[in-house]
Amino acid sequence: MDSIIKTESLTYAYRSVEDEHPRVVLQGLDLEIERGTFVAILGHNGSGKSTLAKHFNGILLPLGGKVYVEGIDTSVEETMLEVRKRVGMVFQNPDNQLVANVVEEDVAFAPENLGYPPEEIRMRVDDALRIVGMYDMREHAPHLLSGGQKQRVAIAGVLAMSPKCVVFDEPTAMLDPQGRQDVIRTIRQLRDEMNVTVVLITHHMEETIHADRVVVMSDGKIVVDGPPKKVFPNVEYMREQGLDVPETVDILYELDKCGFHYRLDALSVDECAREILTAFTGAGA
Amino acid sequence: MDPIIKTEKLTHVYGAGTPFEHTAIDGIDFEAERGEFIGIIGHTGSGKSTFIQHLNGLIKPTSGRVLLDGHDIFETKERTRETRFRVGLVFQYPEYQLFEETVYKDISFGPKNMKLSEREIDERVREAAGFAGLSEDTFEKSPFDLSGGQKRRTAIAGVMAMRPEVLIFDEPTAGLDPSGCKELMTNIMNYREKTGTTIIMVSHSMEDVARTADRLLVFKNAHIVMQGSPSDVFSHVAELKTMGLTVPRVTLVALRLRELGLPIPKDIYTVEHLKNAIVQLREEGYHA
Repeated sequence: MDSIIKTESLTYAYRSVEDEHPRVVLQGLDLEIERGTFVAILGHNGSGKSTLAKHFNGILLPLGGKVYVEGIDTSVEETMLEVRKRVGMVFQNPDNQLVANVVEEDVAFAPENLGYPPEEIRMRVDDALRIVGMYDMREHAPHLLSGGQKQRVAIAGVLAMSPKCVVFDEPTAMLDPQGRQDVIRTIRQLRDEMNVTVVLITHHMEETIHADRVVVMSDGKIVVDGPPKKVFPNVEYMREQGLDVPETVDILYELDKCGFHYRLDALSVDECAREILTAFTGAGA
Repeated sequence: MDPIIKTEKLTHVYGAGTPFEHTAIDGIDFEAERGEFIGIIGHTGSGKSTFIQHLNGLIKPTSGRVLLDGHDIFETKERTRETRFRVGLVFQYPEYQLFEETVYKDISFGPKNMKLSEREIDERVREAAGFAGLSEDTFEKSPFDLSGGQKRRTAIAGVMAMRPEVLIFDEPTAGLDPSGCKELMTNIMNYREKTGTTIIMVSHSMEDVARTADRLLVFKNAHIVMQGSPSDVFSHVAELKTMGLTVPRVTLVALRLRELGLPIPKDIYTVEHLKNAIVQLREEGYHA
């Protein structure tokens, strides 16, 4: 596998002031993320997803084990900037990620800090804003944008560094349905059109149906790893993990229990409708 | 029956007379029956949050009135203060507002302000914790040592402990994992059933409001542009899309099935509904 991110026996624990025993969050986790893929990470609250994600660009450093980004060890301070240039992060709350008073200045923040010449900064900012569909609003004030628009500006800010991988930590949790759709469309575009590796942490199952791979975490370990069409048919197991399945799978699962014989891997609306239809056409009835 | 809460031509303008003047809600007429469960949906900036903050007097209307049990809540200072106890408001991410040393103290903050006796406070704290799905062994813990889900439950219990007649939630399940969402929604449904409290819930989750609400209000650009039962509202797929909203995915599956020629009802918005419709078709021996 041509992996862009690789963890080896990654262990992490949080220390609280009162507790004598640190709370172990990641327990010797091995994960490789292939270049150019879209990987979704699911898991109940407290399963360690965000802690894992924060290791991907060195926000957190392993207590045990190693994390490599294109072969660079994230725990080596001298090469930290190289790690950060390669892996960008987008978080849940867009308001916490925007720093400037004008959209394009916000997007320029990272390339300015990386010391690129002005013409190149201009080019990077314009390109990034076009990709997320916010170019026309480049002179707006970020605080007057909707949540989805702010989030896309935050994504543009990361793209302006030309990262090879972008890690999204629940980017749609605070957005309305339109904002959610726009952000997910942008995420898919990064992978499909720009060959950027995407890691998406989410609680919305339907956002993962276009992922190449779904990784399910529980108590700091990986418990399931496979393409969505293999993962979601395990409806009961997913629910035991505190998760759910897309409604498309849920309806097929419920009907299957009523004696219909359906495949449970029809994830899209169209696939699901066609699968239901099989019971009423030809020999399927 | 008289509505428990009502608004008349409720209008709020932010930054009036400045270049940033913005009408957040514009002439809203609204009524909620006692015990009703109302879902509010609408895009970001459509006026939902401004609207609900008027209902317990947190912000004052630019014009128009809010009536609780027939009385203007801004009539006197006492009336406004009383409204804060009778209309509970659970903000988005309410766990950020926890501040006490222990869970018990945090939940009892509201009832204490109501100047109730120790015994009454204790009774309410335990009752509210139960409704919110919080076990009593958390009572002596610091709220900051709890998990995210438990913190949110603590905050919700703090509002329930005031035994409000109307309880308003702004996105109660945002950021919770799927089982956390389900449990919290079940807790809210049970609470409403046992207490008869009127519930008003703002949500971006069409699936959540589809399953729970008696009536949906759709906000768009400072107005209520659509209202009705979930089946009424979710039958307007195209219009909802132009408003930046969606319908539950199962509704889209039902629509696609109709396009493919399957004679199922138009008003399907939960998995349960669609399942029943398909099972019924089979029983009727339908063949495409």
